[in-house]
Amino acid sequence: MENLIALLIAAPLLGAAVLLVGGRRLDAVGHWIGTLLSTASFVIGAVLFVGLLGRSADDRTLIQHLYTWIPVESFQADVTFRLDQLSMTFVLLITGVGSLIHLYSVGYMEHDERRRRFFGYLNLFLAAMLLLVLADNYLLLYVGWEGVGLASYLLIGFWQHKPSAATAAKKAFLVNRVGDMGLSIAIMLMFTTFGSFAFGPVFGHVGGTSEGRLTAIGLMLLLAACGKSAQVPLQSWLGDAMEGPTPVSALIHAATMVTAGVYLIVRSSAIFNAAPDAQLVVTVVGGVTLLFGAIVGCAKDDIKKALAGSTMSQIGYMVLAAGLGPIGYVFAIMHLVTHGFFKAGLFLGAGSVMHGMNDEVDMRRYGGLRKYMPITFITFGLGYLAIIGFPGLSGFFSKDKIIEAAFAKGGTEGWILGGAALVGAALTAFYMTRVMLMTFFGEERWRTGSGAAADGHDGHGEPHPHESPGIMTIPMMVLAVGSVFAGFFFNLGDRFLHWLEPVTGHSEGHSPVSALTVTGATMVCLVVGVAVAWAQYGRKPVPAAAPRGSLLTRAARRDLLQDDFNHVVLVRGGEHLTRSLVYVDHTLVDGVVNGTAASFGGLSGRLRRLQNGFARSYAVSMFGGAALLVAATLLMRAV
Amino acid sequence: MSFPLLTATAALPAVGAVATAAVPAARRTAAKWLALLVSLGTLALAAVVLVRFDPGGARYQLTESHAWIAAFGVRYELGVDGIAVALVALTALLIPFIVLAGWHDADPLETGSRRWRPTQGFFALILAVEAMVIVSFEATDVFLFYIFFEAMLIPMYFLIGGFGDRAHEHGEEAASTQRSYAAVKFLLYNLVGGLIMLAAVIGLYVVAGNFSLTEIVQARANGTLHMATSTERWLFLGFFFAFAVKAPLWPLHTWLPNAMGEATAPVAVLITAVVDKVGTFAMLRFCLQLFPDASKWATPVILVLALISIVYGALLAVGQRDIKRLVAYASISHFGFIVLGIFAMTSQGQSGATLYMVNHGISTAALMLVAGFLISRRGSRLIADYGGVQKVAPVLAGTFLIGGLATLSLPGLAPFVSEFLVLVGTFTRYPAAGVVATLGIVLAALYTLVLYQRTMTGPVRPEVSAMPDLRARELLVVAPLVVLLIFLGVYPKPVTDIVNPAVRQTMSDTHQTDPKPEVEAAK
Amino acid sequence: MNPVNYLYLAALLFTIGATGVLIRRNAIVVFMCIELMLNACNLAFVVFSRMHGNLDGQIIAFFTMVVAAAEVVVGLAIIVSLFRSRHSASVDDASLMKL
Repeated sequence: MENLIALLIAAPLLGAAVLLVGGRRLDAVGHWIGTLLSTASFVIGAVLFVGLLGRSADDRTLIQHLYTWIPVESFQADVTFRLDQLSMTFVLLITGVGSLIHLYSVGYMEHDERRRRFFGYLNLFLAAMLLLVLADNYLLLYVGWEGVGLASYLLIGFWQHKPSAATAAKKAFLVNRVGDMGLSIAIMLMFTTFGSFAFGPVFGHVGGTSEGRLTAIGLMLLLAACGKSAQVPLQSWLGDAMEGPTPVSALIHAATMVTAGVYLIVRSSAIFNAAPDAQLVVTVVGGVTLLFGAIVGCAKDDIKKALAGSTMSQIGYMVLAAGLGPIGYVFAIMHLVTHGFFKAGLFLGAGSVMHGMNDEVDMRRYGGLRKYMPITFITFGLGYLAIIGFPGLSGFFSKDKIIEAAFAKGGTEGWILGGAALVGAALTAFYMTRVMLMTFFGEERWRTGSGAAADGHDGHGEPHPHESPGIMTIPMMVLAVGSVFAGFFFNLGDRFLHWLEPVTGHSEGHSPVSALTVTGATMVCLVVGVAVAWAQYGRKPVPAAAPRGSLLTRAARRDLLQDDFNHVVLVRGGEHLTRSLVYVDHTLVDGVVNGTAASFGGLSGRLRRLQNGFARSYAVSMFGGAALLVAATLLMRAV
Repeated sequence: MSFPLLTATAALPAVGAVATAAVPAARRTAAKWLALLVSLGTLALAAVVLVRFDPGGARYQLTESHAWIAAFGVRYELGVDGIAVALVALTALLIPFIVLAGWHDADPLETGSRRWRPTQGFFALILAVEAMVIVSFEATDVFLFYIFFEAMLIPMYFLIGGFGDRAHEHGEEAASTQRSYAAVKFLLYNLVGGLIMLAAVIGLYVVAGNFSLTEIVQARANGTLHMATSTERWLFLGFFFAFAVKAPLWPLHTWLPNAMGEATAPVAVLITAVVDKVGTFAMLRFCLQLFPDASKWATPVILVLALISIVYGALLAVGQRDIKRLVAYASISHFGFIVLGIFAMTSQGQSGATLYMVNHGISTAALMLVAGFLISRRGSRLIADYGGVQKVAPVLAGTFLIGGLATLSLPGLAPFVSEFLVLVGTFTRYPAAGVVATLGIVLAALYTLVLYQRTMTGPVRPEVSAMPDLRARELLVVAPLVVLLIFLGVYPKPVTDIVNPAVRQTMSDTHQTDPKPEVEAAK
Repeated sequence: MNPVNYLYLAALLFTIGATGVLIRRNAIVVFMCIELMLNACNLAFVVFSRMHGNLDGQIIAFFTMVVAAAEVVVGLAIIVSLFRSRHSASVDDASLMKL
C-alpha cells in the first residue's frame, strides 16, 4: 500500500507537465485532463484512507522510500514520504477540495484563452502541496513549501497583463521568501543540533538537547509559518493575492496553502512541546492575527478582500490553537478542515457572484442578489452560518473548542487569549453579516446611477446578474454540505480526536471556566456581532460611496497601515539603499581602481613630455647622464 | 602507453579552433558547423572521461606526465579528480550551447568582403577558450596551470572587445568605445591578478624546487617540505588574489558587469559560466591543498568578503537597469556563495560549492541565453524598454522564468541543492555567516522577480508587440538546459557521487573534519 | 714631449665637439662636431696606446675610423633626404617622431 503514496503526487505532477509542455494542441481538452488527474489523486487518497482505517490506531503510519536525494557525508536527504493520520487528513482535504475547485474552474475560466495553462498551474499546486504534507523530512517539505509558493505566484499573477496582478504575485513570493528563510535556518539548526532533519530522528532526540536550541528552531519554524499562513507580521501579501482568479483564492488562499503554516507547527509538535517560550510566541502571533484579520475584514468593501481578512483571522485561530500545545493541536486541525470547507465555499460563492456581475468586486455595488442567484445565495448563506459559528454547523464545533482550549491554557495568558478569541468571534459575526447583507440583501445598488456601475472592470455597462452554470454550482453545493455537517460528524464520539491523537498527542486542559459558560459567551458575542451589523447595514440603506469612516475604519481599509509601513521602510528604504550602492560601486569601488589607473596615466603623461622630439635635448640628457656616471665613478674611487 | 584522453579533450578544440579560423571567408556557415561539430566531439570525449573516471579510485586519474622544461622542473602533468571531472564536463557541455546560441552573433554586417572573417574568428576564439579552460582544469602542474590560466585572457579579450550586441541605445560608435573599455578592463584586472600569481608561482618554486601539485602536497604532508608560516601566507595571498579577481570576489568584481554587459550573451555565458569557474576551482585545488594552514588563517577575512559579495551583489542586481548587468551582479552574489562554501571547510560546503559551480553554469546559461534572444529581438538591454512580452512570446517568457527561478534557487531545480549545501556547510561551522548568507535568497527572489515582472508582464508595449517567440534553434539551446536544471534538482546524486570523494580528500589534505552535531557531541 | 699634453688636446677637441652638438642647429655642423668628438677619442686611444706600450689603442682607433666612415655615409644620406623633403637642414625641424 505504501507504493501508492508517490502516485498521489505523481498524478497531478504529470498533469502539470503535460498541460504546460503540451502546448496549444491540448487547449480543447486541457481542463478535463487537469480535473481528471486531480480526481485520480483524490481517489488514490480515498483508497489509502480506507486502508489506514483498516489498521489499528498505532499502526497507521506508512513510509515510502523512493531514493536518496542529496547525500554528502553526514548530510543525507532522502525522498521519503510519510503518510500518517495528519497527512492523510490533509491529503483528503487538498485533493477533495482541489478536485471540486478544478471542476468549478472549468466553468469559471471558460472564456479565458489560457485556460489550459491555468489548469496546469492548479495541478502543479496540488502536487507541491501534497509533497509538502507527505514529506518525511524537513528538506523535502521545503521543496513542497516553495513549490506551493511558486504555484501561488503563478496563479496570483495569472492575469499578468494587469500590472496589479503581477505586482501582487511578486509581493506574495517575496514575503513568503522571508518566511522561507526561517524554514531554511530552522533546517540548518536541526542539522547542527541533531545531525539530521528527518522527522523521526529529530523528534526522537528532542529530549537530548537544550531548550534554547529548541526555542530557536521553534521560532524559525514560526517565521516560516507566518509567511505561508499570512500571520502578523508577514500577512501583507494575502489581501493583494486576491488579484488572482477566484478559484485560486478559494483553493490556495483559503482552503489549503495558507494553512500550511498550521501544518508545520502541528507536525513539529515535538519541538514546540519542549519549547514553551516558542509556544507562547505562537499563541501571541495567532491571537494578534485573529484580531488583525477580523478588523481588516470589517472595513473592506471588496468582497474578496473582506474574505481574505476573514481567512487571516481564522488561521489566526488555528495558529493560536496550535500554540496551546497538546490541548489545542487536534482542534487546530479540525478548524482547519472545517474552515477548508466553508471558506472555499464562500470564495466560490463570491466567484459566482462576480461571474454574474461582470467581475465587479465592490460590495457597495451589489445588493439584493438573492433573487437573481438563489443557489449561490443558499450555499453562501450556509457557509456564512458555518463561519460565524451558528450552533450545529461546522464552525460552531471547531471554533468553540479552540476558545475553550484558550481559556484552558490557564493563568493570565489563558484569560487574555480566550478573551481575544471571544472578541474575534464577535468580529467574525459582524463582518460576515456585513458581507452577507451588502451582497444579497437590501436594494439593488448596481442599477442605481448610470456612471457608478458602468465603470466595471470589463466595462460591459450595467450588469445582468444571473445564476452560474451547474458545473460551478455543484461544487458549491458539495462544499455547503461539508460546511454544515463536517463539524457535527467530526465531533460525533470525538472521532476526529481519536483519529489524530496518535500523531499529535492530546491532553485535556483545566479550564477555569466551564465549557458551557464558554459556549454561552460565544453565543452572546455572535448575537452582538450580528445585531450590530444588521443595525448598520440591514436596517438602513448602504451608501454606494464609502463614507469617510472613523480613524480605525480608515486605517483598517489600508490594512492597518502595515502596507504603508512596509512601503516607506522596506520599499523606499531598499530603493535608496540599492541606488546609493550602485553609485558607490561606480564611484568608489570602481573609482579606486580607475583612480589608480588614472594616476599612472597622469604620471606617464608627464614623463612623456620629456620626449619632445628635439635631437639636441636628447643629446643634453645623454651628456648629463654621462657626466653623472663619470662623477659617480670618480666619487666611488675617492671613497 | 594508453591513449592520452585528457590531452585529447583539450587538443580537439584547439585543433578545431585553428581549423575554424582557416575556413575561407565565403564559407561562413561551414565554419559554424565545424565549430559545432568540434564542440560536440569534445563533449563526447568529456563523456568518455566521465565514464572512465572511477569515483572510488585513485585521487588523480587518467594521469599523463611528460618532461617539458626540464631546467625548471616544469612538467606536462594532467590528471583529474572528481571536482575537475565535473567542471570539465560542464565546460564541454556548455560550449555547444554557446556556439549554437551565438550562431548569428558574428555574421558580418556587409557581405562581400573577402579578407575580413569575423564569423570564423568568433567561433575559433570560443573553441580556443574551451581548450585552455579544459587544460586549466586538468593541469596538476602549477606552472602548466598558470600558463593556461593566463593565456585564456587573450582570446577572451578579443571576444569581449570584438563582438557586441548589434543594436545599442547610444549608437554604434559609443558601443564600440564601451566595448573596448570593458575588454581592456577585463584584461588589466586579470593581468594584474596573474602577475601577482606569477610572483607566487616563482616563490613556490624557490621554496619547493618543483611545480608538481601532487609532489608538493605529499612533501608537505610527510614533513619533507617545510614552509615558514609567513612564506606560506604570502604565497597563499599571491595565488588567492589572482583567483579572487577571476572569480570575482568583492571588491575586485567591477570588471565583470562591464564585460558581461558589453559582450554578446553567449560570450557573457562563456565568461561567467566557464572562465570564472577556473578561479573558484583553483581556490579549491591550489589554495587549499598547497597552503592548508594559510587557508585556515585567511578564512575569517575571506568569509567576510564572500558574505559582502553575496549581499552586495544581490543589492546591486536589484538596482540595475540593464538586463545583462543585472545577471552579472547576480553572478557576483553567486560566486560569493561558492567562495563561502569552499572556505567554510566542511564537506557540505565544499561539495556544495563544487555542485554550485556546475549548477550556476547551467542556470546562468539558461537565463543569460534567453535574455540574449530577447535582447536581439528588441535591440535594447534596458529593462524599461520591455513589458508584456509573455503575452506575445509565451515560450520565451516561460523559459526566462525558469532560468530566473533557477537563479533564485527554487527547490526542485538544481541550484537549490548546491545553495542549500553551501548554507548548511557554512552554518555548521559559522552560524552567523550562514544566517547572513540566507539573506541572499530573499534578495535573489527580489531581483529575479522584479526583472521578470518589468520585462514580461503588464500591458504589451508597442515595440514588442510583433516579437516572435523562440525559434527552433533557440529552443534547441534552451530546452536541454531546462531539462538538466530539473533533472539535477531532482536527482543530483550522480554528481555528488563523483564530487564527494574528491572533497573528502581535500578535507583531509587541509586537516579538517566536519563539526559533530550537538546531540552526538553530548554523548 | 709629455704625452699627457696630447690628452689635454683630445679633451679640448671633445669638448668643442660636444658643445657644437649641443648648441648648433644645422645638421651638417652637428655632424661635423660628432666627427670631431670621434677623432678626439681616436687621439686619446692612440695616446694611451703609446703610454701603455701596446697596440690595443691603435687597433681600436682603426675600428673607430671604419665605423665613423660608415656613419658618415648613412648620416649624410639621411641629412640629404631630410633636406630634400623639408628644405632645411635644421635638426629642430625634424621632431616628428615624438608622441
